[in-house]
Amino acid sequence: MGCIESLPYEVLLRGSSFKEGRDYIRKNFSEHRDVQPGFKIFDTHIIGVPPISIGLDDDYVIFPYTKPCYGTFLLRIQDPTEAARIRALK
Amino acid sequence: MPEQGQPTRSALLVLGCPQVPVQTSIALYLMHRLRKAGITPVVAGNRSAITLLIVADPKREYLGEALDLDRMIDQITEKKRDFDLCFVFIHNDAGISYAATMGAILKSRLYALIYGENFDKIAAMIDFPCRNIAAKAVHNPMPLKKMLDEAEPWAV
Repeated sequence: MGCIESLPYEVLLRGSSFKEGRDYIRKNFSEHRDVQPGFKIFDTHIIGVPPISIGLDDDYVIFPYTKPCYGTFLLRIQDPTEAARIRALK
Repeated sequence: MPEQGQPTRSALLVLGCPQVPVQTSIALYLMHRLRKAGITPVVAGNRSAITLLIVADPKREYLGEALDLDRMIDQITEKKRDFDLCFVFIHNDAGISYAATMGAILKSRLYALIYGENFDKIAAMIDFPCRNIAAKAVHNPMPLKKMLDEAEPWAV
């Protein structure tokens, strides 16, 4: 998983579709931001069908992570700096 | 072949998971047709998908530059690379995500090559601008080759 693999992440959804991931974030997190594919998060470009939702929960960032053979994972990582950067997005 | 003095056009082939056998065969065939039309193919995929091509094309008659998919996306988003055409191989949900991403980060003419058992369901899920070339092809590449030949994306 590159840089993300080296971070202490929690898998909320495994092998889901991009739509399931987006629906999960919008349903379970009151705060979210929509970004375009290619947006950089944790030094990795995000893959998906726009709009891609990123959830925010205090210092936690919840986002989809897609690999060709494994589908989309929904990951949760605690990072106050990255959470603040994404929270500042309009 | 391009006329002398014309800039060489390029095409990016974005490979999916190689678990469906037709991908490697169609990728080699497409690279052959692109080269014949004077278009330089560049491949992006995971290690297994690229290794299948390297082993099938030991003299590199068709395969030229091949790059890890994440590195290619880095280079495109950093505006270091661009292509005239982009072909995304799709047989699952992840393939759709990669195609949508390529559509968002590249200005290329985008083609979705859709195959596998559920090709029609996958094709119906695509709601962003691209040209679909789709067929039920799993082990036998001929249905997808036929659709590709009819579309002639190398002739654009």
